[in-house]
Amino acid sequence: MSDLKTRLGLNVFKPLPAPHIRIRPGMERDPRLRAAVRACPAGLYEEGADGVFTLTIDGCLECGTCRIACGTEVLEWGYPEGGAGVQFRFG
Amino acid sequence: MERFDVIIVGAGLAGLAAAYTLAGEGVEVVVLERGDYPGAKNVSGGRLYLNPVRDLFPGLWDEAPLERAIVREGATLMARNRSFTFHYTGGELRNGKPQSCSILRSKFDRWFSGRAEERGAMILAKTLVTDLVRENGKVCGVVAGGDELRADVVIACDGVLSLLPEKAGLRAPGLSRDYAVGIKEVIRLEPGVISDRFTVGDGEGAAHLFAGDITRGLFGGGFLYTNRDSLSLGLVVSIGDMAKEAAAGDAPALFDAFKARPEVEPLIRGGQTVEYGAHVIPEGGYRALSGLCGDGLLVAGDSAGFALNLGFTVRGMEYALASGYYAAKTVIAARKAGRFDATVLAAYRQSLEESFVLKDFRTFKDTPRVLANPHLFGHYPELIGNLLRDLYTVPAGPKSPVFTTLRRHLTLSELWTMLLDAKEVAKI
Repeated sequence: MSDLKTRLGLNVFKPLPAPHIRIRPGMERDPRLRAAVRACPAGLYEEGADGVFTLTIDGCLECGTCRIACGTEVLEWGYPEGGAGVQFRFG
Repeated sequence: MERFDVIIVGAGLAGLAAAYTLAGEGVEVVVLERGDYPGAKNVSGGRLYLNPVRDLFPGLWDEAPLERAIVREGATLMARNRSFTFHYTGGELRNGKPQSCSILRSKFDRWFSGRAEERGAMILAKTLVTDLVRENGKVCGVVAGGDELRADVVIACDGVLSLLPEKAGLRAPGLSRDYAVGIKEVIRLEPGVISDRFTVGDGEGAAHLFAGDITRGLFGGGFLYTNRDSLSLGLVVSIGDMAKEAAAGDAPALFDAFKARPEVEPLIRGGQTVEYGAHVIPEGGYRALSGLCGDGLLVAGDSAGFALNLGFTVRGMEYALASGYYAAKTVIAARKAGRFDATVLAAYRQSLEESFVLKDFRTFKDTPRVLANPHLFGHYPELIGNLLRDLYTVPAGPKSPVFTTLRRHLTLSELWTMLLDAKEVAKI
């Protein structure tokens, strides 16, 4: 996983003023989030030993995989504001 | 409140093709792009087939920042511990105008937006569209950065998640079985090393697809495209399958295992990763397309679901370019009629039906279902691998006759399964 962090560090990220994706309050234990743990290309979702899922937004590639994998009942999903977040130089 | 003739949401290939075409006819058009610059949020595997779109944008291609013309095709079927590879090249690929080229979207889209700007299109980067503005049910603008912008018609080219068509009621949120996630590294390598390694000439390149054990039996596959001085190496996996199958592991780990395969590692050896990107890909084909128009609204590109995976070719960018072009042509005709309601804009669907876009989607409407057959990603790669292993192996003792080897692998029940699968594959 640390290798993944290094690779994400190669990308240009502009600061996010606020998280653009959130686990909806009360949904932190929803099993649908397990799909995001597996499918997120940036490995930003984790399931704790207590069964609580967490999302770290730094390094988000804005691909939308988690929205499709988990649905919007579980995630409050939006793009970051203009000019924020990942800026691909190659794409 | 600002007013334009046309608002385009998203400076990807669909949006830029629409802007380029509209601005060429003197239409006052603005493209709203959430990235720092057009291309900043755009990721593709990176292969554009030029034949279907060359004539839609005459004069555009000579100066375009295309990476390499693909003159060598390859595919590898991966079993767990062995693989089978073939290559194809032909005169039609090497001579004359290139059939397909590798591209890097951040470079290409930035350049393309410059061409649209030269024609008079306005490109507003760093501008996120959060909603549509409607009056009496008709779309008449967008909300961007808290401000309202108005236009006769909005073209949603807002990408694969299709958030604006969803807001407009043209589609339900996407189902996970209809989408895959693509993970891609751009790996820098000397141009000469690339040409030598892939046995191509200057400016020429190779494309290689991988399928089988790399996705642990899930729908998907790998790709490698040569750019001018880099490689695009990627892995695509069904999101629906990933959500169901815990055993496959997580997506970044699948990508790492793919990179480390003995068939892949020598191809990227000595290269330096310079970017790690990801993108969601529509895989549902015809059945999963979004509604294409509403009152004051057209949908093009990924947002409409225009990507088509036939296994041996994986295409999206031509459909994006062409749908943007036909959306623009529809708007130009609607301006003459002075009406932008869904009845008039339905001409967009008609022109797509008459073009390669919806003809392809209809021809290949069963393909996504056929390709979802898990045998293709596990069973057959193992079967072919094992068969070849036994043909190539020279044991210490006497070797079995070839027919015996074949019969050991191709049992009656095996042949029966193959026949049933072949009947399905025939639908591609």
